[in-house]
Amino acid sequence: MTSDDTRRERSTPPAAAADIPARYSRQVLFEGLGAEGQARLIAARAVLVGCGALGTVQASLLARAGVGTLRIIDRDFVEESNLQRQILFDEQDVRDVLPKAVAAERKLRAVNSLVQVEGVVDDLNPSTIGRLLDGFDLILDATDNFDARFLINDYAVKNGVPWVYGACVGSYGLTFPVLPGETACLRCVFESAPPAGLSPSCDTAGVLGPIVGIIASLQCAEAIKILAGRRQAITRKMQVIDIWEGRQDLIDLPPRDPQCPCCGRGVYEYLQGAAGSDSVRLCGRDSVQINRRDGAKLDLAEVARRLGPLAKVEVNRFLLRADIDAYRLTVFADGRAIIGGTTDASVARSLYARYIGT
Amino acid sequence: MQILLNGGGFDAPESATILLLLESVGLAPARVAVEVNGRIVPRDEYHRLHLHEQDRVEIVRFVGGG
Repeated sequence: MTSDDTRRERSTPPAAAADIPARYSRQVLFEGLGAEGQARLIAARAVLVGCGALGTVQASLLARAGVGTLRIIDRDFVEESNLQRQILFDEQDVRDVLPKAVAAERKLRAVNSLVQVEGVVDDLNPSTIGRLLDGFDLILDATDNFDARFLINDYAVKNGVPWVYGACVGSYGLTFPVLPGETACLRCVFESAPPAGLSPSCDTAGVLGPIVGIIASLQCAEAIKILAGRRQAITRKMQVIDIWEGRQDLIDLPPRDPQCPCCGRGVYEYLQGAAGSDSVRLCGRDSVQINRRDGAKLDLAEVARRLGPLAKVEVNRFLLRADIDAYRLTVFADGRAIIGGTTDASVARSLYARYIGT
Repeated sequence: MQILLNGGGFDAPESATILLLLESVGLAPARVAVEVNGRIVPRDEYHRLHLHEQDRVEIVRFVGGG
């Protein structure tokens, strides 16, 4: 037993099986967890960054497993092409143009009313990360881009919070846990992200539902071990799978690199990017996201009235959608917008300025 | 020189370094992890570790989808 296990044992009194809700009986029967492990899951807090393909699987598994508090952060809304693999969503969510975090929260409430699920419609970036991730025991990676992963890595290492990297494209995927101070961090393993446009993404190379399910499930297995305090059971390796080629490999993580900017030298370059770009091209989609950093809230009804004569406008409680010429503007109440129909940030910025405001 | 690359046969240049192998398959060193015969290779060895006939090489590609 590690000192960490001992510490947790003291802080969480072993639960009697009788105190555990019956719905978790099959998990409690599992030798590795038992009533005491389940009690820890119930007391645990996990945050999922992203609620797309990986995130919907993770959210479903962890809510069902009884992880007591789940925050699900996503900046996007449900679209038809998501339904092939994003297992929490349905056609009605597409028709309602629901933000993914909102749709996921609703579904999960019906799945397990004993867990606290909080969907947050927001964008993870250096200025929001502190407020979005503070106070959780574990961070699960369900993002769709490299920068967000390096940002999570910086935050997790700096604050000593474990996180589980997972990603896939096509039929290929990989995952490994990052235990700050113990195992290699993301930047020890991969030095940098491919330049935009050079790496295949789900939207250019496609992705198969089963690889997403596998990688997300493997991430959840590690999450359950970490949250239940079963640190000796953690797979401290890279799990690499290609379901088309039928290959599965367990590959050692490199040792921690003393020269690693993040976990070796403590230089958190991605966290420090607070003054960075206000626009970001969305992974492989024909769209650009515009962030608003002044914190000003938009009155969506007012914007809808203003755009009414110019565009086909739909509005719900969470967002406004306007089709103008060949562009589709999706605007959230926090001022953030996704400009569809272009990958050019300057075009997107000028559309935003013209129709939404500066 | 024949090596086993990600489970399949691969004709690599004679006594190629990891760096040369990565170049020949068009992958940037910063975006992969490389294992040779079951050992993960530190990045600073990529330019000096020479491969041998029948070496088993695994290249793990960094991907960002999800």
